[in-house]
Amino acid sequence: MHSFGYRANALLTFAITILALMCAMASVSDNFNSPSPTSQVQVLNINWFQKKPDGDDEVSLTLNISANLESLFTWNTKQVFVFLAAEYETPKNALNQVSLWDGIIPSKEHSKYWIHTTNKYRFIDQGSNLRGKNFNLTLHWHVMPKTGKMFSDKIVMSGFRLPESYR
Amino acid sequence: MDWQGQKLAEHLMQLLLACFAVVAFITGYVLGSFQMMILIYAAGVVLTSLLIVPNWPFFNRHSLNWLDPSEAEKHPKPHPAISGPKKNTTKK
Repeated sequence: MHSFGYRANALLTFAITILALMCAMASVSDNFNSPSPTSQVQVLNINWFQKKPDGDDEVSLTLNISANLESLFTWNTKQVFVFLAAEYETPKNALNQVSLWDGIIPSKEHSKYWIHTTNKYRFIDQGSNLRGKNFNLTLHWHVMPKTGKMFSDKIVMSGFRLPESYR
Repeated sequence: MDWQGQKLAEHLMQLLLACFAVVAFITGYVLGSFQMMILIYAAGVVLTSLLIVPNWPFFNRHSLNWLDPSEAEKHPKPHPAISGPKKNTTKK
């Protein structure tokens, strides 16, 4: 501590060490938040349902997605990434996940939303298993914090069924 | 900066930074604003560096009392080192 340079160096390293500690504590403080998000999805219409020339089934849906994700946001949350996936079982695979819609929620003010949309990404099965298929629509989210660990969770909404015939 | 001043500077630095960190964290958490925490802490670091880094007069209040030169001349130290090399030169 005898010279200008040593004092500046000591101050800077100590200040940054404490800053790292504060960031770690901010990350730990996220664990005290127990979120209770809600979500509802309605399939308003099946626009078309067909077998593609290569034999795979494809559906186009009109969806109404509403969610209240306000409780996911804490002071340490930068943004939340959400996506809606159709999940179903086929003889070949126990779990098929097809992402239908996604979005980035930048702040708490935007986290209570509803959106009326057709599926943003194509709902195509690997094969021809979709006729009369029961499927779940699952809202997945990834909470991206400013510092620290990323959290993810999901809400499963079941009881959706595709028609028996192409249209 | 004298010895006492260096000790004071180091302790003051640690205390101030820790206090600013605690205040910043609590304020940020209560207001729910990460940015506020960073701003308060940054202000604290700037303030601390202004207080600690320059060589302020209050760090130099305990100057070392060197022995008076005339006093040192009255009690000269023995010089065993001088006889040593002389012996070496004679041996050569």
